Amino acid sequence: MALPAYFRRGADVSVTDVLLKTISVHKRFGGIAATRNVSLEILAGEVHALIGPNGAGKTTLIAQLSGLLTPDSGQITFDSHDITDLPIYDRVKLGLARSYQITSIFKSFSVLDNIALAVQARTNTSYSVWKPIASDSALFDEAFALTEEIGLGARSDSIAGQLSHGEQRQLEVGLALATKPKLLLLDEPMAGMGPEESERLVGLLDKVRQQVTVLLVEHDMDAVFRLANRVSVLVNGELIVTDLPDVVRNSDEVKRAYLGDEVAS
Amino acid sequence: MFNQPGRAICLLVVVALAILFPPLMQWGGNEYFIGIASRMLIYGIAATSLNFILGYGGMVSFGHAAFLGVGAYTAAILVESGWSSALIVWPLAMLLAAAIALLIALVSLRTTGVYFIMITLAFAQMLYYIAVSMNAYGGEEGLNIPRVTIPGLDLESDTQLYYVAFVLVCSVIYLLHRVINSRFGRVLTAISENEARMQALGYKTMHFKLVAFVLAGAVAGIAGALLATQNSFVNPSIMHWTSSGLLLFMVILGGVGNKYGGLIGAIVFLGLEDFAVNIRIDWLADLYPNYSQHSLLLVGLVLLTVVMFAPHGIAGLFSKGGRRVSH
Repeated sequence: MALPAYFRRGADVSVTDVLLKTISVHKRFGGIAATRNVSLEILAGEVHALIGPNGAGKTTLIAQLSGLLTPDSGQITFDSHDITDLPIYDRVKLGLARSYQITSIFKSFSVLDNIALAVQARTNTSYSVWKPIASDSALFDEAFALTEEIGLGARSDSIAGQLSHGEQRQLEVGLALATKPKLLLLDEPMAGMGPEESERLVGLLDKVRQQVTVLLVEHDMDAVFRLANRVSVLVNGELIVTDLPDVVRNSDEVKRAYLGDEVAS
Repeated sequence: MFNQPGRAICLLVVVALAILFPPLMQWGGNEYFIGIASRMLIYGIAATSLNFILGYGGMVSFGHAAFLGVGAYTAAILVESGWSSALIVWPLAMLLAAAIALLIALVSLRTTGVYFIMITLAFAQMLYYIAVSMNAYGGEEGLNIPRVTIPGLDLESDTQLYYVAFVLVCSVIYLLHRVINSRFGRVLTAISENEARMQALGYKTMHFKLVAFVLAGAVAGIAGALLATQNSFVNPSIMHWTSSGLLLFMVILGGVGNKYGGLIGAIVFLGLEDFAVNIRIDWLADLYPNYSQHSLLLVGLVLLTVVMFAPHGIAGLFSKGGRRVSH
């Protein structure tokens, strides 16, 4: 599949395969259909934004992509593996990592130790019970480089629980990034951030897009339209459109369903 | 509270005192206390193993005495059948306790929180009733056994048994120290803090918890075998649920997530118990003549005080912070 010229935006994107694909994914909770017949394609190299009003089922969809929930029916393939029934830790090994809408970090560990846990997860050394981890300079060197990359280098010795909200959000994304994924699922990374903090995170994501494909669930429309190559809109569990940001912005259907006020103003 | 060299000196003093303890007691004609001290060290091993999964792995096992019992009964049955060498009996006790721990863990670790507490308790009680029903090995009465032997040592001597227990408890604490500061230990503590996120980083968390649980079971198994040797006797009460409660009690008293917590808790608990039973406090006896029959009342008051005023246990009074490892 050839990548249209308009798709090459900012990043040096050359891979054009479908990295993640869902086919008619359904998920019900009792009487509520949270995901209805969702067929989504995420291309390698793109930043794909998933937007929709509150309760549209974005987090439920992310949960099924990351392996926290299993779809009732339908199929999910990632990097040509069928991952529909794969547990979350096996998906991470294939290169599918996520961040959480509600910050989920190791609050009593230092920032560096947090990142080191993610680095260590990539190796097969976690059953080592004798060698002191403190002498493990290779692990911490790599972790420190990543800490600097996510903009927390100066805070690497701080206890994660004592970071500001914005810094914790940065670490949240950093943890997912440190697993060196092919596809990064970001569930509202800017949630609760001030404008300056959001700006910093947008800058970080703009940098990491060079190496990793991103599915971005976000309410901050400014960030969405700055970062995304394509935008999908989810309403009531249903995917109503997937297209270029400008097309989505001007779509009457999307305006009606969701953007309404923001676009009108 | 202490800096690095201060801590090392402290440790050396404690070790020296522990080594000098038996001759000092013999000199003062108090051999009785050597047996008590051995018991403290052996329970210290068991409590340390519980502290590993509780304090670092976040697994509140209310059935840890099961492994103590499996170790003790394995040792007793082997000795009864004519195997007398500790070098065979103890490793087998450890191995069987580990195997039982694996079976219990495979089921229990599917649950968390209160359910985990209840299911470990239920397994331990099942083993307790199995022991009660083993008529060939004394049933509820239990059985008397000779002490095991180690070439070159005389375990009939309480002093020598004390030193064996001392070496073992030191080894177990050193092992704990190595494990919690290793990659595995880091993963285990992180799982206890945020298991969902560990899975999202790619860790199959169940396996790590399983390994820790089995390791703790094996160590408790050797403590059980030692206890059988020390008492020259074993009966089912060793794995009654109150015995599991006792181990939890020791860990909380000594310091959850502190590598010395289990040993300190065992020493203080058994010390208090012995004190309450054997030492007469006149004013308390005037007040309440039968108090020594209710020695656990005193112990309960102490636990209450520790929980209220020293949330990190007795060991926590001497070190700041909890279990976090540093680098």
